[in-house]
Amino acid sequence: MIRRLGVALVAVWALAAVGAPFLAPHATDARFPGLLNAPPSSLTWAGVRPAIHPWRLVNQLEQRYELQVSNIVPLRWFADGRLLVSSDEGRAPLLLLGTDSYGRDVFARLLFGARTSLALALVSSVGAVVLGVLAGGVAGYVGGLLDEGLMRLADFVMVLPAMYVVLALRAVMPLVLPAPIVFALLASIFAIVGAPFIARGVRAIVRSERRLDYAIAAEALGASAPRILVRHLLPATRGYVAVQLTLLIPAFIVAEATLSYVGLGFPDPIASWGTMLHDASANVRVFADFPWLLSPAAAMFLVVLGLNLALEGQRTSGLESLR
Amino acid sequence: MRGYILRRLAFALFLVVAVSSASLVLTELAPGDYATGAFGLGARPEALARARERYGLNRSIGAEYRDWLAHAIRFDFGRSLLYDRPVAELIPERAANTAILAITALAIATLVGVPLGIVSGSRRGGLVPHAIRAASVVLLSMPPLLTSLFLVFVAARTGWLPIAGMRSASVPPGGAFADLVRHLVVPAAAIALPLAAMFERMQAQAMREAIAQPFVIATLARGVSRRRVVWRDALKVALRPLAAVYGLVVGTLLSGSFAVEVITAWPGLGRLMLDALSARDVYLVAGCAGTGAVFLACATLASDVALAFVDPRVRE
Repeated sequence: MIRRLGVALVAVWALAAVGAPFLAPHATDARFPGLLNAPPSSLTWAGVRPAIHPWRLVNQLEQRYELQVSNIVPLRWFADGRLLVSSDEGRAPLLLLGTDSYGRDVFARLLFGARTSLALALVSSVGAVVLGVLAGGVAGYVGGLLDEGLMRLADFVMVLPAMYVVLALRAVMPLVLPAPIVFALLASIFAIVGAPFIARGVRAIVRSERRLDYAIAAEALGASAPRILVRHLLPATRGYVAVQLTLLIPAFIVAEATLSYVGLGFPDPIASWGTMLHDASANVRVFADFPWLLSPAAAMFLVVLGLNLALEGQRTSGLESLR
Repeated sequence: MRGYILRRLAFALFLVVAVSSASLVLTELAPGDYATGAFGLGARPEALARARERYGLNRSIGAEYRDWLAHAIRFDFGRSLLYDRPVAELIPERAANTAILAITALAIATLVGVPLGIVSGSRRGGLVPHAIRAASVVLLSMPPLLTSLFLVFVAARTGWLPIAGMRSASVPPGGAFADLVRHLVVPAAAIALPLAAMFERMQAQAMREAIAQPFVIATLARGVSRRRVVWRDALKVALRPLAAVYGLVVGTLLSGSFAVEVITAWPGLGRLMLDALSARDVYLVAGCAGTGAVFLACATLASDVALAFVDPRVRE
């Protein structure tokens, strides 16, 4: 029951990420110059149709807004290829989570940010699994000096505080890079830092499995080493790897957010949960007056909670330190 | 036993040397150096060359590294380019700040997490263990980055606690120590809450396993009270897994304190490391990384030795 709830939570966010262009009322870089740091739209009804009350700026300096209760702007379903938009986008746009300090729709950026953040976490985790299974499998199968060397290296990386390793590796690269290169760079760094945690477990499983009868039988029948490893031994690590993959994803979501928060993540127009928090952090009033700017933090919590619930009762990884 | 401790000591020394050397070489290899960062894009080449000569940045990486190592052995860690002060003067204060934060967080997490883990692990059903377990799952999904944002939000909304920094500009009534404690609450709790949840889960698991052992059943059968068995006999066995992770937790603490230090403006090593890395201040980077490695080495050493005393099997 609890695990199903977790899977459902994650599925909702995955759908939100995939369906972002349809679900979001605006593009990520669309600005509403008259609505900087505007609060979320207040929903109401116009007959059977949903509607909103528009905001009116009452204090330019303090960015305080007042609700125009007498004015009702109906919303339109399926207009311009989007699920729900305002019928008067120019004056009263639909802002489900308000706007940021540039006047951009936070809800739209949250959905598109889910694409960036979740895709990066997923790609990095798969990369870490590929690297880790390869290193762990070879170390466990070949044994000897190679095993010793690889595992010592893995132990060394695992002892270090993961966040600092990621930070150092990112910071020694050029600080300003185009978005696709940042994506590839972060994915490689995360994969390298995550791989030892996978390699350790895979190596242990391969080492104990290769002494079992079925592996010895395959060897006696003349199967080559790569064949035994790939066809017979690595499938035994499937369950372990699946759990570890799920545990790496939250760690990488948070790592991206931390790097972006300190300004080492994606460049500006790109929306990711980390860059949204970075933009919010520039404003001291965000915590007291503009709390909707913290919605990416809530999104991260829900995704990580969903993954944790889906894994309830399973083993934990050693990479909690990245979070 | 002595051989084991010597081996662990050698590893600790290796850790410190390897981490500081690697960070120095990595920063040297990075594109751009302190001069390009400080002078900006439009700098004249002659000005850059002069600055590099003054800072000693025009030598080869090998020569620079040899020079740094030769000085570092005599506890001279070079001069920070960014702050124009010796690294050995800059770091102790920041390191102490990080240590205050990390040790407070570790103490809170242990004092909260372990007893709750014993309670939830030693009872089968009921409201209390379920509530503890639910709280743990929620907190485990809130890494320090999120807890610190959340706690700063709460502190800012209610105005109960200061949200940033380590000390007030002027000493308020109640003294400097009370002021420090008030500033410490948000960052320390931000690191401690997820860690306490981790300890609780681990302790509960260890407790469940300890209680299933035959000696516990035998003690219960002899009529010893349940509370006494749990808190005295089973607890001794159940503390071992926790002792084993204590050394590794320092990595988690340092990682967590980085995000928290940045968000709550706590003047610790994390912020200094970030500034040093961005400015390509090579000696300061090496100093920060080395200090972090010293923390790590001390903690792993202490936990290894403690574990060897508790569990003779480890020594081999």
